[in-house]
Amino acid sequence: MTGNATLIRLLALIHKEFLALLKDPRSRLVLIVPPVIQLLVFGYAATFDLKDIPYALYSEDRGAAARDLVAAFDGAPAFRRVATLHAEGEIAPLVDRRDVLMVVHIGPRFSADLQSRGSAPVQVIVDGRNSNTALIALNYVRAIVEQYDRDWIASHGLQAPPARLETRAWFNPNLESRWFFIPGILGMLTLVVTMLVTALTVAREREQGTFDQLLVTPLRPGEILLGKALPGFLIGMIQGTVILLIATLWFKVPLLGSLPALYAGLALFLLSGVGAGLLISSLAVTQQQGLLGAFLFMVPAVILSGFATPIANMPPLVQNITLIDPLRYFLVILRKVFLEGAGFDVLTSQLWPMAVIGGVALLLSGWLFRHRLY
Amino acid sequence: MDDAPILEAVGLAKAFTAGGRRTQALDGVSFAIRPGVVTGLIGPDGAGKTTLMRLAAGLLVPDAGSIRALGLDSTRESLAVQAALGYMPQRFGLYEDLSVQENLDLYADLQGVPHAARAERYGELMHMTGLAAFTRRLAGRLSGGMKQKLGLACTLVRAPRLLLLDEPTVGVDPISRRELWAILDRLVKNEGMSVLLSTAYLDEAERCQAVILLNAGRILEQGAPATISARMAGRTWAVSVAGERSRDLQVGLAGQPGVVDALAQGDHVRLVTQAVSDPAQLARLPGLQEARIQAVAPRFEDGFVDLLRTHIGAAGSLRDGDILVDGLPRDADAGEAPVIEVDGLRRRFGDFWAVDGVSFEVRRGEIFGLLGANGAGKSTTFRMLCGLLPASAGTLRVAGLDLRHAASTARGRIGYMSQKFSLYGNLSVGQNLDFFASAYGLAAHARAERRGWALTEFDLADYAGQLAADLSLGHKQRLAMACALMHQPEILFLDEPTSGVDPLARREFWRRINGLARAGVTILVTTHFMEEAEYCDRVAIMAAGRVLAIDEPAALKAAARSPGSPEPSMEDAFIRLAKSAETQEEAA
Amino acid sequence: MSAPVNDHARGGSLMRLRGLVRKEFLQIVRDPSSIAIAFVMPIFLLVLFGYGVSLDADHVPVALVAEAPSADTADFLASLEGSHYFAPVHAFTLAAAEEALREGRVRAIVRLRANFAEQLRRPDGAPIQLIVNGVDANTARLTQGYVEGAWGNWLARHAASLGQELVTPVQLEQRVWFNSELRSRNFLVPGLVAIIMTLIGTLLTALVMAREWERGTLEALLVTPVSMTEVLLGKIIAYFLLGTGGMLLTVGMAVGLFEVPLRGSFWLLWACASLFLLAALGMGLAISAVARNQFVAGQVAIIGTFLPAFLLSGFIFDIDSMPAVVQGITHVIVARYFVSIVQTLFLAGNVWSVVLPNAAALLLMAAIFLGITWRKSRKRLE
Repeated sequence: MTGNATLIRLLALIHKEFLALLKDPRSRLVLIVPPVIQLLVFGYAATFDLKDIPYALYSEDRGAAARDLVAAFDGAPAFRRVATLHAEGEIAPLVDRRDVLMVVHIGPRFSADLQSRGSAPVQVIVDGRNSNTALIALNYVRAIVEQYDRDWIASHGLQAPPARLETRAWFNPNLESRWFFIPGILGMLTLVVTMLVTALTVAREREQGTFDQLLVTPLRPGEILLGKALPGFLIGMIQGTVILLIATLWFKVPLLGSLPALYAGLALFLLSGVGAGLLISSLAVTQQQGLLGAFLFMVPAVILSGFATPIANMPPLVQNITLIDPLRYFLVILRKVFLEGAGFDVLTSQLWPMAVIGGVALLLSGWLFRHRLY
Repeated sequence: MDDAPILEAVGLAKAFTAGGRRTQALDGVSFAIRPGVVTGLIGPDGAGKTTLMRLAAGLLVPDAGSIRALGLDSTRESLAVQAALGYMPQRFGLYEDLSVQENLDLYADLQGVPHAARAERYGELMHMTGLAAFTRRLAGRLSGGMKQKLGLACTLVRAPRLLLLDEPTVGVDPISRRELWAILDRLVKNEGMSVLLSTAYLDEAERCQAVILLNAGRILEQGAPATISARMAGRTWAVSVAGERSRDLQVGLAGQPGVVDALAQGDHVRLVTQAVSDPAQLARLPGLQEARIQAVAPRFEDGFVDLLRTHIGAAGSLRDGDILVDGLPRDADAGEAPVIEVDGLRRRFGDFWAVDGVSFEVRRGEIFGLLGANGAGKSTTFRMLCGLLPASAGTLRVAGLDLRHAASTARGRIGYMSQKFSLYGNLSVGQNLDFFASAYGLAAHARAERRGWALTEFDLADYAGQLAADLSLGHKQRLAMACALMHQPEILFLDEPTSGVDPLARREFWRRINGLARAGVTILVTTHFMEEAEYCDRVAIMAAGRVLAIDEPAALKAAARSPGSPEPSMEDAFIRLAKSAETQEEAA
Repeated sequence: MSAPVNDHARGGSLMRLRGLVRKEFLQIVRDPSSIAIAFVMPIFLLVLFGYGVSLDADHVPVALVAEAPSADTADFLASLEGSHYFAPVHAFTLAAAEEALREGRVRAIVRLRANFAEQLRRPDGAPIQLIVNGVDANTARLTQGYVEGAWGNWLARHAASLGQELVTPVQLEQRVWFNSELRSRNFLVPGLVAIIMTLIGTLLTALVMAREWERGTLEALLVTPVSMTEVLLGKIIAYFLLGTGGMLLTVGMAVGLFEVPLRGSFWLLWACASLFLLAALGMGLAISAVARNQFVAGQVAIIGTFLPAFLLSGFIFDIDSMPAVVQGITHVIVARYFVSIVQTLFLAGNVWSVVLPNAAALLLMAAIFLGITWRKSRKRLE
């Protein structure tokens, strides 16, 4: 009898939460459209791969060797020659103006030196304003030059170096940074939507005065908590699934690992996200405070999660702070499942911290529901 | 004296479109306001008072018609108008995170008061409003009455010739209201200021020299308040029957043919008839054969209710009170054991005791009122009773339990209706009813039954599919009450259930409450409408966290009787109690 | 009838403006949410980007597998062990190293096969196997570059020890301008000026202006002799000063604490920051003029300005590498123009050919947004 009544109450609450969220077609759109647009825009924007390196050529040498080297640059898909220079003085303005990312300078004696002395210098000037871009571009240049060297050595019967590097990249053979970022965006966007749904629900009810009304009904705080948590959780699940589909079908990110493990991670991540959202919600008096609270939580959560900058590069103190960031664990799970083909066995160490964070946050917010009422 | 109108409207119309629905806020309003008097703009919420004020201040552009203030066109010469008049919006327009002094400085800067003149002006204003001791306090920390006075002071930093006040007395205690009126009277008399003041309190209308009655965007009547009440001469009576409670008598009389209004007032019922009548005719009304019938002087409210009834048509939809309570539990042993017991209840916020030793008991089937100004501690007491707030000290029992610690099912025995008519605005009327029924664990069958009951009983059937947010305030109030009654509670908690609704909706509401009480439901209600205390069996008057008196309304009024006021109102009784408590405190 | 007092004289206007600006500052320091956005968040971001996050990998854990340890393998591995780029871990078998890679304990494996010493002396040389974890492509690429560097050094040393000369036909001389050490902090911290000024200029301003609508205080302001222009100017002046404060703080911390060079003119930076701030304020005011509700204004400001300033402005991700459509979108992101200016002024100097066109774009954006605000904020309530 009482069990039955509990169920009725709980179902009514969940039903009401969904009605409130999804009744209005506009708010339904708000839950689906912006995340998809953000996924598409950020999915294309967030990459460290250089697709288009504008460069200028300043070649003072008309020899065959120089022509071959120029051809190697022109043939590289990532390089686009936007200028051909004829004087040293032309370099600086071009780089300063950011018209080119780099200038390849081949001296007048390049071909001759190469023939006679077996070696000749080539100068590459890179714009270091964005150090990361510069570094990647230099790597590309080095790869072209190494290939050129190998060909030269082979065609001239020279002595090859005694050892050579054979590089293989596991899990992401072409080193596509999009494969790295898109699973990250999945984590980030599901966090945003669950936080927005949950961080504002209690605050909204407080603002409208309906929260008191709920508390005087026989609904227990635990039931209210569950009723508030479930919609955020389900919406996060649905949105996570939609993004997952776009990531694999549209962006063609390989999904090699265990889907159940991924969903277990998503579920625990949503649990901690919902917990954090409800915690903010139970502290906030108005929706505006809820929104700001969510914002003040999400910005550090994303920056410290290893989304764009690896946690391993952070100082030890900051690394310790990241331990309470649920997104940190979920990003590891996402990337491991997507690209490394991981299953439950590897991921336990990432799963339990999220369960702990979620559990603590939910308990705390349940306690606050009853004790912070004014 | 120059008698050219200081504010004049001709055929003023204004409509708003929100969410695809067009609301005609003002519809062909014309009037002329004399200078040098206080004019009252009287009407219920949604009558168009605020729109009219904003049009006068040049903040809105009318759809049709024109409005001229101080001889200037408010719409076309809005800057000049704004520079010349003073306007205090509904929430007083104060910056809550600025101190009293900082607010004054800001408005002095904005009004261009020269620095040399400020000290003197501030002195006058602080003396007038009694805020001198609080200049460093943040405006957000002031009581409602003090905020109102600060708002007024800010409006008056440079004395305007025309002062517009939009509902300055909402949420303000009776003493502050009296003080405001004293200030206004002085401004009009000494500085020759003209004042237009909007209010939903009908007793304030009698203090105005002229009134404009507004309802649903149209003017019902304008003129001196005395002429409006004078029209009711010979139609107002006090009736009482020995041995019958005035509340029961009122239920019998309300809605009878020929009766415009019946109000329980202490030991008698105030009756307003449709036509001029005499005691002999009245005695023919049911239940009045044995009655003591006395003619009384008409009041402004009588005239207003009469006007509303003739314009809107009688709110005849309400059936006899007993239908309402059908199906409510009627316990045979309606013993005299108290249902609500409060003893030595205290509650502290920081270092401030919001409730400081409150004790009372409420018997079964009683209507018990908690009366007091904002900040008196009645809401805090109320929230502790409902289990929404833990008590710092003392004991409280509702149906023998402390709701804060009792099992959740115990909360199923109470009904709760809050000040803001807390409903889910984006759910429909039917969905709100369903939700609250389910939240109390009603199964599908019982739910459907109660839903049907609520829709017919509260006349909401036509609105079942409409969003709660789109309802008028009166309908919201009905729906909130229906939601609180879905599970047939034994005890009903009502927190300021009538604020903002028009007098007719208030009467309808109290008739329902009476019906519930007669069926044995215990009702605890808070209100700051002093006259509503008359409808209660007993009231506790609260101030500064303490109970000043608990008694039947008639007895409280009797205690306030003095040679100066032979027929004191509830408000007089309240003010006398509050003042004597203050002097005691000072003596101690 | 007397004519209304005409106090729209200069003096009155100044007095009103001063009153409004003072009011704004009092409100900022008394409102916790303003403090959170205007002070806590910027300092948090600065410290994090200055000390916390970095794209430069250091001490990358690498598993070293020498299947048949010998003097040659030790010689090669020493070149990795000595570098601060690596935190080498020795593994005895490839399987153990692969296990470590899979579990994420190491980011890469360097494997020297059992016949390394022997093959070294053959004409076609010995293969050195490098396996990197490619999930984080950027770190993988950096690691690869570091290993290549170590390899090149070793080759030269090896040749020298044998008295030979190493044959490298093309000798790459790389010259990185503006940021020769390639410190990522040098480009991230200046970019923060744009982020922080977006926080203060747009998010905070949108919230406080919407709050005035919401709380009804604007209604009380509007019926005083103050004009809408003065109300807006009061906000702009106050938040302009606050935003300038944020800029000075960022520049001060960047130069003083994080040792980012400021090669261009500080005054030019100031001028451009002011233009950007005007545009940001314009956006904030335009948002609140349309939304008039703190909650909606906050959401729009975060999604419409803060996130794009982070992701689409060139602050972290290179705009040239985005697809044409996304590049098109970045043109409406105000922060994009300013990020380009700050990165140039800090690291490259006064490059007028970068500063002028971007500053012109900022000016145009500021004019557009302030214009929208202007049109939307009549001295009326509708």
